[in-house]
Amino acid sequence: MKHTLAVLTENKPGVLTHISGLISRRDFNIESITAGYTEESDMTRITIVVDADDEYELEQVVNQLSKLIDVIKIIDLTGQDRVHRELAMIKVKALPANRAEIVNLVEIFRAHIVDVSKETMIIELTGEEDKIEAICELLNDYGIIEIVRTGKIAICRGPKAAKDV
Amino acid sequence: MKKMTGAQAIIECLKKENVDVVFGYPGGAVLTLYDELYLSDFPHVLPRHEQGAVHAADGYARSTGKVGVCIATSGPGATNLITGIATAYMDSIPLVLITGQVALSLLGRDSFQEADIRGITTPITKHNFLIKDVKDIPKAMKAAFYIARSGRPGPVLIDVPKNIFAEELAFEYPECIQIRGYKPIVEGDKAVIDAVCNELQSAKKPLFFIGGGVNLSDTSALMRDLVAYTGVPTVSSLMGLGSISSNDPHFFGMIGMHGSYAGNMATTETDLLVGIGARFDDRVTGKLEEFAPKAKVIHFDIDPAEINKNVRSYIRVIADLKWSLAELANKIKERPSEAWQKQFMPWHHQLVAWQKEHPLAYSRQTNRILPQAAIEKISELTQGNAIVVTDVGQNQMWTAQFYSFKNPRSLLTSGGLGTMGYGLPSALGAQVGNKHKKVVCICGDGGFMMNCQELMTIADLNLPVKIIILNNQSLGMVAQWQRAFYSGHYAHSNMATKADFVAISTAMGVPAIRLEHKDELDTVLREVMNSEGPCLVDIRIPEEEDVLPMVPAGSGLHKMIMGDWQ
Repeated sequence: MKHTLAVLTENKPGVLTHISGLISRRDFNIESITAGYTEESDMTRITIVVDADDEYELEQVVNQLSKLIDVIKIIDLTGQDRVHRELAMIKVKALPANRAEIVNLVEIFRAHIVDVSKETMIIELTGEEDKIEAICELLNDYGIIEIVRTGKIAICRGPKAAKDV
Repeated sequence: MKKMTGAQAIIECLKKENVDVVFGYPGGAVLTLYDELYLSDFPHVLPRHEQGAVHAADGYARSTGKVGVCIATSGPGATNLITGIATAYMDSIPLVLITGQVALSLLGRDSFQEADIRGITTPITKHNFLIKDVKDIPKAMKAAFYIARSGRPGPVLIDVPKNIFAEELAFEYPECIQIRGYKPIVEGDKAVIDAVCNELQSAKKPLFFIGGGVNLSDTSALMRDLVAYTGVPTVSSLMGLGSISSNDPHFFGMIGMHGSYAGNMATTETDLLVGIGARFDDRVTGKLEEFAPKAKVIHFDIDPAEINKNVRSYIRVIADLKWSLAELANKIKERPSEAWQKQFMPWHHQLVAWQKEHPLAYSRQTNRILPQAAIEKISELTQGNAIVVTDVGQNQMWTAQFYSFKNPRSLLTSGGLGTMGYGLPSALGAQVGNKHKKVVCICGDGGFMMNCQELMTIADLNLPVKIIILNNQSLGMVAQWQRAFYSGHYAHSNMATKADFVAISTAMGVPAIRLEHKDELDTVLREVMNSEGPCLVDIRIPEEEDVLPMVPAGSGLHKMIMGDWQ
């Protein structure tokens, strides 16, 4: 089962490497990992989507990560009421004949066209994984040249910050 | 606030942490620090290889309970520490390692003697630092010692660029340190202790399984008290040896691959296995599915990540053993000792019967000196009171089986990593930390060769370490496995050149003697053990002697290969 972990760490060089290194060394299965600054400049938030076989494996992932001195807190967001998003940019072949169709698609998905050239477009889309998968599948028909995705980030609904949970 | 250089600050920090000796090896990047060691006359031990330095610091730490400190230069100096750091990490030994680094202006340019030691040691240290500003030295040193010795202990590395040693700072040592992401657990949950007590009360065949954590947390006295009061049969891992006396009537030896028959059978039959400061290593458990199959497992550990890592536990007690064993003793003492003893008497009798049926023993029908007999003799001559340091392999297992340990922290051995070459330098460090105790180093010929250069250090300091080589002129444990599992193909386990260890030792300044005849065993060892100063004994033992009993890797503990005489 997939679990989304919010990992709050010291904002120091090498922390992400340390975390990803630990995860690969212990042979845990990572789906995605993203990192960025937070509202506190000395804290980084790393969102990890991990595929755990069972509760014991998940417990090990959390406990092993917690051992790292630079890890301040780990919150399992799975099962909590949360919003999660991923950002994707997709460069797709867009010959004049197809353009109108692609623009329609983009509108339906509430995506944006952020660049147009004679033969291509770049489409920017934020959404849940499924939504991004869906647009990619449709755009495939026109010829996708390149996809770049961020991996998932997630935040809980309600008044509290994850660090205060 | 006093102005001083980075190098002076480091020495000041060592003094503040009550460090009484450092083990290290100089080189370009740490020359400024070495100059300050010279000027301040700080006690320093110079081994002949950085690996020797870190194992020595490790032996010092294991035997004294203090933090071992080690210094090395950048690049190759630092990378030579790796095996020792990994050894300490696997066995949770508190070390602080100070490595030199190339100057900040040269960092990241593949400069002369540059290695990314932080990156390299990340998986094998509890934490590490790269100092980029001289002002950070006091805080980093304070944090390093605090992290190394608190919670589950471990090695911490501080990498200091060359220029930082020379730069100036206003020195102030922090009184205490707060680290957001590091809150070592001390006290646990009292309700859980009650639950443990209830389980013990309803158990018929409980078993205490002691790990290295009892030695490391200095809770041997609490453990002995608990065992004596309840009469619960007790076994240990290799790392747990010494925390309870080998002669305790409730102690049934080591379990696992080379564990005792009684211990392994008890583990298979127990209905309540209480693991105390043990991490259920595969050398202990054998095949996990067949490990303690009838038991509920209770796990005491300071590190939450050890819970359910290998063996699923029914009750977890996450706390410092100082807290949890004391709490458990309080709870248990609400019921009289006699009641507990009576409850477990039939089970105790069962273990005694197993022990009588298959004792740890060896064939005495030979004219050669058997390694087991040599260990027994050393045990007798030192009355179980020596600090015994082993290397890795057969010598290590024979020591574990046949030396009668009386005291905690009296067996120093590379348990987790199984580092050949550990013995000699670690013994050196142990002797430095325990000037008035007898330190005996038991090696095989293979492991001895791996760091034999440290004989020179021992000679330099005239450390009275007694070095025993159980010399079968081969890599004994490798050969044993080849006999048992590889059709007797001795693939490169024979030492083709039969080195003259007596000559090597004498050449490096340590008196040595060869022991080949059975009838000389007592007199020679007696003389050596009573001698002042260092001495090496090269004992020639039969090449085909096995460590038995043995559980083949990946088997259940009850599937033991026994010797004919066992």
